[in-house]
Amino acid sequence: MSAKPFDDAAAAAAIDYTQYPDARGRFGTYGGSYVAETLVAPLAELAAAYERLRVDPAFIAEFERDLKYYVGRPSPIYHAERLSQQVGGAQILLKREDLNHTGAHKINNTIGQALVARAMGKRRVIAETGAGQHGVATATVCARFGLDCVVYMGATDIERQAINVYRMKLLGAQVVPVTSGSKTLKDALNEAMRDWVTNVADTFYIIGTVAGPHPYPQMVRDFNAVVGREARAQMLEQYGRLPDVLTACVGGGSNAIGLFHAFLNDREVAIVGAEAAGEGIASGHHAASLAAGRPGVLHGNRTYVLCDDDGQITETHSVSAGLDYPGVGPEHAFLKDTGRASYVGVTDDEALAAFHQLARSEGILAALESSHAVAQAIKLARELPKDALVLCNLSGRGDKDVHTIAAREGISL
Amino acid sequence: MSRIDIRFSELRNTGRTGLIPFITAGDPLPDATVALMHALVEAGADLIELGVPFSDPMADGPVIQHASERALAKGVGLAQILGWVRDFRARDAATPVVLMGYMNPVEIHGAARFAQEAAAAGVDGVLLVDCPVEEIDAAAPLRAAGLDQIFLAAPTTTDARLVRICAAAQGFLYYVSFAGVTGAARLSLDDVRARVAAIRQQASTPVAVGFGVRDAASAAAIGAFADAVVIGSALVERLAGAASEEELRTRALGFLAPIRAALDTRGHGR
Repeated sequence: MSAKPFDDAAAAAAIDYTQYPDARGRFGTYGGSYVAETLVAPLAELAAAYERLRVDPAFIAEFERDLKYYVGRPSPIYHAERLSQQVGGAQILLKREDLNHTGAHKINNTIGQALVARAMGKRRVIAETGAGQHGVATATVCARFGLDCVVYMGATDIERQAINVYRMKLLGAQVVPVTSGSKTLKDALNEAMRDWVTNVADTFYIIGTVAGPHPYPQMVRDFNAVVGREARAQMLEQYGRLPDVLTACVGGGSNAIGLFHAFLNDREVAIVGAEAAGEGIASGHHAASLAAGRPGVLHGNRTYVLCDDDGQITETHSVSAGLDYPGVGPEHAFLKDTGRASYVGVTDDEALAAFHQLARSEGILAALESSHAVAQAIKLARELPKDALVLCNLSGRGDKDVHTIAAREGISL
Repeated sequence: MSRIDIRFSELRNTGRTGLIPFITAGDPLPDATVALMHALVEAGADLIELGVPFSDPMADGPVIQHASERALAKGVGLAQILGWVRDFRARDAATPVVLMGYMNPVEIHGAARFAQEAAAAGVDGVLLVDCPVEEIDAAAPLRAAGLDQIFLAAPTTTDARLVRICAAAQGFLYYVSFAGVTGAARLSLDDVRARVAAIRQQASTPVAVGFGVRDAASAAAIGAFADAVVIGSALVERLAGAASEEELRTRALGFLAPIRAALDTRGHGR
């Protein structure tokens, strides 16, 4: 199988990105459903239910009502004028997903999946979480819809994100520490998948990113795509044109695909994903699956993965727990191969510098994850003329990271 | 006829139920893996399932996950495992060996290269846990190299899919006796019996039953209607921590001998 099926630029230029995934859940050669036999039937049931619901006017209306009145959408596009001046290049615009209820884009997806769970008659919800944002967003909607909630979280992440752990508990969720493997997001995902295999009759698994087996990459994208749809309309309304370039951070890739998707067929808009380069890609301590990985199979889908020559998934590193993942959503793998998007690494240090610069210039504390996107926006803006527009997804707020940042800088609170 | 087919035909002709122990390759003592495989045969194994350790074994329970982690920590890899099979084959040309593992190591190794090397080493079949029949194209090189592709069926498998799985199955069909990960302890015998009977209507291959078989009693109960029983987690748990080749052999014999005896004295009640 060719890793790059779209070497032919003409073929890539003709792709209609709204047509993906295909009926088998494929984005080109990526995606699919590589799962144990016990999960095939429940996934098929979920795919059928979602296929029905995604075009059901009553379902869509309820989803949109919750996004408006519960989440607080639409989130604004904010012109980071002082930051742009400091950088001295293009204008940096921020899509303020940090202003959503619970403080990140994750709630868009959890509301959607909780509505699917309810429609399917499932009373128990499980989720995995890395930084805790998806766990909080899941615990939140479970409280809102009266569903039992169990969140799996790596023991290392529990240490790094104590505040989000307590937040989930306040919302009535049970947080289960995962001590296997690297004790981070991927292990939490493994454990949640095991729970689902065992309790599939009454349990709905709310996956937090655009990875996993079909239909998750599609479903999670669709629920987050509101970000890009809004942004596209807001750009036309506020600026009379589309941005020159989009950027967003990519761990699993849900906020990024959420922003990118509505613009995929706008070929004049450049798209750049910012992966976690950790201590630098050359150091080996990073989580840049697209920039430094290779096609493989992980967590139910074919995608780019970080692994050794024996196919063992390698431990990743990022200062931000939410990007600390050795795979990536299959649609991003597809966009990389078609050349529609490019993916670059942003180091821990660059992300932290961007965090501080945004805080001081605009009064916004960005999540460490989102700070990778801000760092990339700064790099892009520097190379572009003053009238160019860089739209950056500020996917979450940084309150949860204050302790991590203080500890890293040797400050005890 | 593959080595697996020959073995099941021998079992059928002698009216015996097959015993299929699963071990994680390289656990607990990498250098004793070949000796352990011979000990399993000595203890009555008709076929050996050799688990290829993977860092992210989503379908396995804690016992086998920990065995995988231990083996990986000792640097066990695919090339080494194929070497062990080759060494095993030097003294045992009859006992089929099935590799059980996940897609990514095979993909990264290169499916065609893996298939050729595995067949050359004396591997007879491959069970890729995360490769359901819908994704069978990904495993085409295995068949091309003459390896049997073993498929799983589960309580959640629909009738329509069962038809497809039975049509694709080679060697034997592995029925997972309940919806859960390996090593969980739930088993409703009546459900399993009814389900295996239904599978028999469809399948041209023998049916092995696993997931939740722990001891002589459960093995004998399952063996009354299955062509073979698979014992994994309980055996891996028993072998864990053994400090020498001899201790491994003693533990394997001690654990499997009563199961073998129970399967054999029960007679073939089908």
